[in-house]
Amino acid sequence: MLAAGGFFAGVDPWIFSFSFVTVAVTIWMGFRSARTSKTASDFFVAGRSVSVGMNASAISGEYLSAASFMGVAGMVMSSGYDALWYPVCYACGYLFLLLFIAGPLRRFGAYTIPDFAEGRFDSPLFRKIAVCFVLFIGFFYTMPQMKGAGTTLAYIFPGLPYWVGVAVVGAVITLNVALGGMKGITLVQAFQYWMKMFAISVPVFVLMSVYGFYGAHLGANDGRPPSAATEPAAIVRTVERKPLVEKAPADAPWISPFGPLTTKAAKAAGLTAEQARPYSLLYTYSLIIALVCGTAGLPHILVRFYTNPDGVAAKKTTMWVMILIGIFYVFPPIFGVIGRDLLPELYAATGAKGTDKIVLELPRAVGGVWGSILSGITCAGAFAAFMSTFSGLLVSMTGALAHDVYGRMLRPNATPEQRMRMFKIAAVVIGAVAILLGSQVEQLQINFMVGQAFAIAAASYFPLLFMSVWWRGMTMTGAATGMLTGGLAALACTTVINLSDLKMVNLVDFWKANPLARILCEQPAIWTVPLAIGLMIVISKLTAANVPADIRMKMLVLHAPENLGLKQEYIQEHSHGAGH
Amino acid sequence: MHSEEFLRLLMRRQLKLSVACAAAFMVGLIGLPLLNYYAPALMATRVAGFTLSWLLLGVMCFPLVWTVSYFFIRRSIWLEEDEVRMVHENRKEN
Repeated sequence: MLAAGGFFAGVDPWIFSFSFVTVAVTIWMGFRSARTSKTASDFFVAGRSVSVGMNASAISGEYLSAASFMGVAGMVMSSGYDALWYPVCYACGYLFLLLFIAGPLRRFGAYTIPDFAEGRFDSPLFRKIAVCFVLFIGFFYTMPQMKGAGTTLAYIFPGLPYWVGVAVVGAVITLNVALGGMKGITLVQAFQYWMKMFAISVPVFVLMSVYGFYGAHLGANDGRPPSAATEPAAIVRTVERKPLVEKAPADAPWISPFGPLTTKAAKAAGLTAEQARPYSLLYTYSLIIALVCGTAGLPHILVRFYTNPDGVAAKKTTMWVMILIGIFYVFPPIFGVIGRDLLPELYAATGAKGTDKIVLELPRAVGGVWGSILSGITCAGAFAAFMSTFSGLLVSMTGALAHDVYGRMLRPNATPEQRMRMFKIAAVVIGAVAILLGSQVEQLQINFMVGQAFAIAAASYFPLLFMSVWWRGMTMTGAATGMLTGGLAALACTTVINLSDLKMVNLVDFWKANPLARILCEQPAIWTVPLAIGLMIVISKLTAANVPADIRMKMLVLHAPENLGLKQEYIQEHSHGAGH
Repeated sequence: MHSEEFLRLLMRRQLKLSVACAAAFMVGLIGLPLLNYYAPALMATRVAGFTLSWLLLGVMCFPLVWTVSYFFIRRSIWLEEDEVRMVHENRKEN
């Protein structure tokens, strides 16, 4: 009783019960549908029979991660305007996915991106290379989800260390995935989108009706001190505002473009504000490229397009996803803006107690039981956010290990039972590694880490998919060289930045001397994406003799409408070929 | 329908549509940082508390994306139907 009292000390019953119910419902839904998913196809792509509305909700549910739910608000609060590029580009990335990749990819019909890589270039070797990036991108993407989990649990149980939260949430989700598979997840993800939408919008409306409108709070950031009682009545503020703490950025750089986020490297190097502006512009463009191209190359999102019945459904799904997530992304920045005025003390804290928890803490400002209930709702939304994204990532990473590494490379003759067992073992192994990595990153911002995963995807899968879909001159050698060089360069840069920011490697003096290198490392997309595409073109031209022989048929399958029945023809031809 | 011309026509029509939609959108995405850079005073104009730049990026961007994607979907589904029609007409003629 005493130990329990210590553990539950300071726990708000409302917040605890909302979060608990979310977790319980998620697990229950997973188990319930586990009973109905039997075949291996059910496990990997849900039998390819998911409707547009359901699939769009599920994709949105999976996409809206801890970064969207907690990280965007935290980053808008800490960095201001520049952080707005994140939510906008998270949504805009889907447009590029829709315009260039969604339809053709679905028509080609393969379970995973490595399947596509192998089928497009007839190369089992290329599959092995492509599989690596599912894991690289996946692990980079799980780290911020784990930070979200640790932050939320540390908020609900104030006495709990950060790493315990990471371990508990990681273990629960891993178990859920190992037992449920993807069919379970589709239903759960769809439900979780609506849950997240509710959890982010309702508290915002309540907060705005109590403390003033979005615009009024932004308007309060006009550089005047908070208690300007002597001002003439005409320009008296419409909203109350607490004094900023010392570590908070001042109003002007916070609300205007090229603020603290994009000028940090140049400022550290001692450049003046005017000298820093070109660097900021470079940073902004590189960030945009990473996020927009990266969305189109996320393995756990792309795998979902195979659950559409055809290419037209894949396109319609993408459009609905954009509407669903677009509406969602209006809300998190509002938390950041209101949080700056009402909870500036968060600027002084770091790690799990810093601005990343603004979404959880801010609704309490309403006060009393209603404040606790609203805070409970956002905590439940946060759980939905990192649980859904983490399970989606776990499914695609586990799929890569079980389906590609084990099923195709190690034991091609494994029985379905063996494959199912392998799926479960792989889930546990990957879950454990993700927990381990996640416990190390408390000091990094959630949103920043997700941006890094996007940068790696933008330099590896995006060029691969974009070029293989639209250019028939691509060869396997060209595609592999470009993807490996671009992807590994982005991976190396982001790793160096993380090690340096976590103070595991001391590069402070180097960054001071070379602000440009710091920016190109922190946001590598502006040079890695063109590098990858350029290499693909040059190497493919040099090895033009190796363009797959049946390339015209492949391109027809990618681009011709399903109604023409070209795919069946293609499959028949190929099975004939195998029979000789 | 297995002919080289058919594939070329197919890919060119669809790519042209995709590139046009992407270009329409890129103007906004590339233009906004430039406006921020070269016209900071204009972009700092307050509109109902928002700075102009904040309003454009944080709120108005999403409807633009929806419009472009709605146009693209309608047009690309029409293109696909047209391609099917073309193939069927060719078959009749042969």
